Order: sequence, then C-alpha cells, then structure tokens
Amino acid sequence: MSVSDFIQRASGRWLREDGPESDVVISSRVRIARNLEDRAFPMVAAEEDQQRLLTEVTSAAQADEVRKLGEFHMLPMRDLTPVTRQVLVEKHLISPTLLESRVGAVLLRMDEELSVMVNEEDHLRMQCLLPGYQPVEAFHQADRLDDAFEQTLNFAFDEQKGYLTACPTNVGTGMRASVMMHLPVLVMTGQINRILSAVGHVGLAVRGIYGEGSDALGNLFQISNQITLGQSEQEILHNLNAVALQIIDHERNARQHLMREAREKVEDRVCRSFGILAYARQIDSREAMERLSDVRLGIDLDIIKGVSASILKELMVATQPAFLQMFFGQEMNPQERDGKRAAMIRDRLRQDT
Amino acid sequence: MLCEECGERPATVHFTEIVQGRKSEFHLCEACAREKGAQAYHMVSGPFSVNQLLTGLMHMDPAVTESSAEPTLRCDHCGMTFSQFAQVGRFGCPRCYQAFAPGLGGLLKRVQSSDQHVGKIPRRRGGHAAARRELTNMKHKLQECVMEERFEDAAALRDKIRVLEQQLAAGTG
Repeated sequence: MSVSDFIQRASGRWLREDGPESDVVISSRVRIARNLEDRAFPMVAAEEDQQRLLTEVTSAAQADEVRKLGEFHMLPMRDLTPVTRQVLVEKHLISPTLLESRVGAVLLRMDEELSVMVNEEDHLRMQCLLPGYQPVEAFHQADRLDDAFEQTLNFAFDEQKGYLTACPTNVGTGMRASVMMHLPVLVMTGQINRILSAVGHVGLAVRGIYGEGSDALGNLFQISNQITLGQSEQEILHNLNAVALQIIDHERNARQHLMREAREKVEDRVCRSFGILAYARQIDSREAMERLSDVRLGIDLDIIKGVSASILKELMVATQPAFLQMFFGQEMNPQERDGKRAAMIRDRLRQDT
Repeated sequence: MLCEECGERPATVHFTEIVQGRKSEFHLCEACAREKGAQAYHMVSGPFSVNQLLTGLMHMDPAVTESSAEPTLRCDHCGMTFSQFAQVGRFGCPRCYQAFAPGLGGLLKRVQSSDQHVGKIPRRRGGHAAARRELTNMKHKLQECVMEERFEDAAALRDKIRVLEQQLAAGTG
C-alpha cells in the first residue's frame, strides 16, 4: 500500500467504530512523551541532530518488540504534501506543531490506533487513540509500545523527576490521558460551566476540541489530566475515570430530563438540523458542526432512526478543509468548500437513509 | 461587494473599528468576520499559552526573583541559560533539569502535585530504581510503626530494610 493510499483511506478505526459508552464518549487517547538521554530537545537541536534521532527511531521501530505490536510505517513530514500533512492533523494523528518541524515524522500503525510523533516538542510522543470510552486500554497499548521502544532506546529518566520532558508540565510520567465527550445537553442547559470550573480543582482540565471554553464547536470537549508528576499512571487514570464517569452520568440524566420536559422542542431542533444537513447546498464548518451535533443527539435519543451514530465524528473530520480538498482532489476557495462540504454531508446521509 | 479578507464570498458584515482615534472600516463575509472577531477577542484578552503561564509563575516565585544567582545558571550540555528557559518555558535538554535545579525552586511543585515521581520506571534500570523506591517506602512505614508503637512490625521492617540496603550496596538489587 502506498503512502497516499495509507492516508487517503477515509478513516482509522476510532472514526469508524463506536466503542463503549459511545452515546457520550467519542474517543479516548493516551499520549506518552519520551526523550533520549543527553540529547538536546527538538526545539533547540540542530537539524542534523534531529535527523540522526529520526534515523535511530526508525531503526528502533524495526526491532521485534515493536513489530510484534503490528505493522508500522514511518512517514517523514517532508515526504508528504501540505494537504496530506493537514489531513493527519485533522485526523488527530499529529499535532500542528509537528507540521512545522522540518525533520518531523510520524510512525503510524495501519489501523491508526497507535502512532509515534518524532521530533515534535519531545523526541517521541507515542499515542494510542481508541473509539469510545477506553482510557485504560489506550494506556495499556501505549505502555506496551513504550516498553518495546525502551528495549533499544535509552530514555532520559531521573529517579526523583521521572521521565524528563521539554516542558515541565509533562515531566514525571510524561503521560496525558484524555477522553473526548459529546455534551450537547449540558451545554444547552448551561450546566457545563459548573463542570468546567469544578474539574479544574481536581487536577484535570476540560477544553473545547474546536473553539474555546464553553463555546466549543459541536459541543465536543476533551477532559485530560494536568498533573504528570507526583501521581502514578494508575492514579491519574483513576482520577480521570472518576470524573469522566460522573460527567457521562450528568449528561445522560440531563438528556432524560430534557426529553421529559421539552420533548417537542428537542425533536424540532434535531429534525430541523437534519433537514438542513440533508438539503443544504452551502454550509460552513461551524454550522456543519452544530447541526451534526444536533443530529447525533437525535440519534442517541432515538428521534432519528436508521442513521449511523458514527456520523458526527466521521463528518467532523471529513468536512475539515484539507480532508475535503483531498477527497475531491482539487484546491478550493472557502465558498467552493462550503458547497462541497454540503454535498459530502448530503451524500453521507443518503448512504444511510 | 466581495469580502475584503478572502475576496471570495459576498461581504455581508460591515463594521467600523476605532483604535486610538483612528477609524477603519471593514467589509467581510460572515465566515471571515467570525475569524476576525475571534482575533479581536484575542487582542483584547492577550495571547495565552501554558508557557506564558509558566513564565508568569516563575516571575512571581519569590525564590526565583529574590536571588540574583539564577540568570547566570547555564546548562553545560546544551548551552541554554536559565533566563532563556524562563522566557520560553521549555528546557533545552534532559540535563537542564539538573543544571537549573537551584533556580527552579518550587516551580515543579506548583505546576505539578509534588516533585517526586511515583510512576513508571524504565525496566532497563528498573532493578535499582525500583529497589530504592521500595526502600523509601519501607522507611516511611517504619516511622509510622514506631509512632504507633507497633514495635514488632517495626522490627520486621527494619530487617527487610537492612537486607535491601545490603543488596543495593552489593549491586545485586
């Protein structure tokens, strides 16, 4: 399979499948930052040093321990077109920071669940991205990948400070665990603000995936641990779990309450949004996200039947600018993009109904 | 009229901005206006990043500002100075942690929950590091036992500690 096939395949498993608690939780992700002993971090390292590091990581990826975990491909940023790179960002497989790195690369497993960014802020950033609510499973997979690389690479580690990272906010475990949640009714009822502020007090952070604070586009929020030093990986996951389960519960209760108190209003809003998505000829990404969020809520509340629930995350990624451009094989100005976006959404809805 | 920003969509949002007496008019499409609006918001509230927050914390830290020694701290390995670190909020290499230790003061404790790693230990040096962590834990427990006057437990712990210490000293931990 060629590099372009690899990326053009519409979506990885986390986008296609639902996973546990998928009425509220879109995906779970664990990221582990690691650096090699005695080497300058990418931000200050000379280009040839970064290149050397990339060569070392590439050969470390050939080790049996890594290959046992699946078939990986190393994709250096400079071998990819700007659109391809942007698509990787839109699929949450690399960060915008990596785009700017001239010697950056991503090691990607075929199913896109496991990946390693090389020469981002840290030498290695391993990631496991799973559909639905599976932070612990995501940790186990990322942890096994870490063990596998540790066989050949000498990671910078200090007994008191743990794994050493470029930014002091990652030192210790180097682990960031997060869950992406769809919280339309907590936003609708304004309860989200209380939750946003409460979560901050327990060493976790909540932020919008697109957009800021409680004005999150598509009502999508990411909850992640802030603290990486002074708590073990298990404690971090335990705290995240305790809070995430409560939020899931709140959202579900709020949905039930809403259906009892204002059923017609919800049905109207959901069906209007469905109508717009099914017939619009022009739609910008903000409106698309809002309507998709409504439709997804409608599916979860059984108002809309026969449309697959994965439609929200599938289309939220597929209607991003670079993805559209790759899909339609042409460069587009914003207005053309709004037209193609509407066309793609119409097509996708027709597949199901 | 087309949008001044993208030149693609019709301009449907028209607004006048007055900054320090200077008046400027904008004719934008809805999409660009929203972006513009977001930018304007960021201009007012100021850009914000974790780095700046960190830098801010360091400058507020009396331990950092009071003593004048820190600006001269320098990492021999990568050449980064402490004041460079304070500016960007990022270390230059793993050895910076040691080099800047006197200047870091309580920073790590403040952005993190403590300054002692209790998570994963790389297996390669797992033996020793894990044994040393176990030793620290047992010493804490020993003190607890003594405080609570559970002397039998304390004695058992003391013997275990002695064995572990000998193993570590012999390099077989």
